[in-house]
Amino acid sequence: MKNRQLLENIIHGIFFVLGMVTVGSVLLITVYLIISGLPAIKEIGLKEFLLGKTWASTASEPKYGILPFILTSIYGTAGAIVLGVPIGFFTAVYLSKMAPPKVKAVMQEAVSLLAGIPSVVYGLVGMIVLVPGIRELFNVPDGASLLCAIIVLAIMILPSIIKVSITALDAVPKEYEDASLALGATPIETYFRVSVPAAKSGIATAVVLGVGRAIGEAMAVMMVSGNAPNMPSLFQSVRFLTTAVASEMGYSSGLQRQALFSIALVLFVFILMINGALNFFLKGGKENNK
Amino acid sequence: MKKLISVILAGLMAVMALGGCSKEDEGGSMSTDGSTSMSEVIGVLGEAFQQENEGVSFTYNPTGSGSGIEAVLAGRCDIGLSSRSLKDEEKSEGLEETVLAYDGIAIIVNTENPVSDWSLEQIAGIYKGEITDWSEVGGQSGEIVVIGREAGSGTRDGFESITGTEDECSYRQELTSTGDVITTVAGNPNAIGYASLSAVKDTVKALSVGGVAPSEDTVKDGSYVVQRPFVFVTKSDAELSETAQSFFDFATSEDANELITSAGVVPAN
Repeated sequence: MKNRQLLENIIHGIFFVLGMVTVGSVLLITVYLIISGLPAIKEIGLKEFLLGKTWASTASEPKYGILPFILTSIYGTAGAIVLGVPIGFFTAVYLSKMAPPKVKAVMQEAVSLLAGIPSVVYGLVGMIVLVPGIRELFNVPDGASLLCAIIVLAIMILPSIIKVSITALDAVPKEYEDASLALGATPIETYFRVSVPAAKSGIATAVVLGVGRAIGEAMAVMMVSGNAPNMPSLFQSVRFLTTAVASEMGYSSGLQRQALFSIALVLFVFILMINGALNFFLKGGKENNK
Repeated sequence: MKKLISVILAGLMAVMALGGCSKEDEGGSMSTDGSTSMSEVIGVLGEAFQQENEGVSFTYNPTGSGSGIEAVLAGRCDIGLSSRSLKDEEKSEGLEETVLAYDGIAIIVNTENPVSDWSLEQIAGIYKGEITDWSEVGGQSGEIVVIGREAGSGTRDGFESITGTEDECSYRQELTSTGDVITTVAGNPNAIGYASLSAVKDTVKALSVGGVAPSEDTVKDGSYVVQRPFVFVTKSDAELSETAQSFFDFATSEDANELITSAGVVPAN
């Protein structure tokens, strides 16, 4: 009996330690980011750093203003949401409610595949197909631009939006829909007036997940956005928060390197805010279901 | 950078392996210090050197050419690395230079582009944003798309210092690898970029500068001007340690040429 109790305790302990690996990693990263991100902000000045419009990290008189990166990340993510959410949302409604089973199976497989494609492949295809395409279509000197990054990001966030939305729509009790149909509503009316409102917290979660994926993406946007530290404009070459860190980390030194950590810290704060929003929507969903 | 990290890791592991079997006096150690542009070529050479001489620890401290030269003077490292020739006053302080390789930088445009020969001033003008249309420099009219490398890149540093455009370049795109630059230029008839000579293939056109086409020979004899030497800096009056001397001999021998070429530069010896 005692042995059994001991074994239980040991196993419990092992599982606890394994669980702590995750918590420990988060803590370690957070502490490390704060410790290595703060010195540069202190040296440059918070206002100068966040609101400065010029980034010239290796100039003889270096300037470390990251406002262009912040705005680019916000605009880029917003653009991807504007493009990607309608497509993803309607796809999800179609797949969940209307699609014949065979079509649904094939399309869901395609969505899963899209989710599995590595981001560097998105970047490569964007670089070789989309960049020259935009240059010719809009008759601009160079296609590597904010618009190009937005399109790539919009495609990249589709899988998370579609999958989470489908799960939410599938979970709507069939009785709701049956009742609506029995009252004389058409199927389309039923889906958009009954099913979608019932699933709204799930769909909001999908959108926030999309935002998280878009704002954290580095590799693909680095290959299609041109990376010049300009203030954002649709056909200009731009640099995101993520790509600002990724593109200069390789050879950076001194204050430049510290400033890159500070950019990562700013990005981290953004992600925290998105997670906060996510929790808010998830909680909202639970209360609705009560 | 990855190579650099692997060199450092390999160095650490070698040290740890030595410590483990308590034969610390076997092998030896040597240090290099200096130019960040040379990280790739030094990484490749250091790796090969350590493979051939087991138990040797080799370190490379990427600080910049100036600090590397100072470090040799102060005796903080065995061999200094500089991506420029020594100045006369540096030589008079008792330093000696040995050219390891030449870093030729090709100015590349799209194959459809009719331009073929420019002066250094024209190139500088384009990168500074003073010349913005191809018709001003002998091409078909169209906005010039200026493509370069990210801040801190050795190629960018080399290009800007040779053309005298430090901190003045207005880039349309800053890409993070030579391959990206070449792919982008190959895909845009209005683009101009720069890349290590060894990486340039038929997909893009390398321009002549001042009438001299870039090639291994013109880089070596100095007639192609967009180039700089990679030099080893040593003290002229003091002898190198045994380990450092054998690395020096290895790196400047013909055996190292293939490795040096693989790092994207033209071997000098």
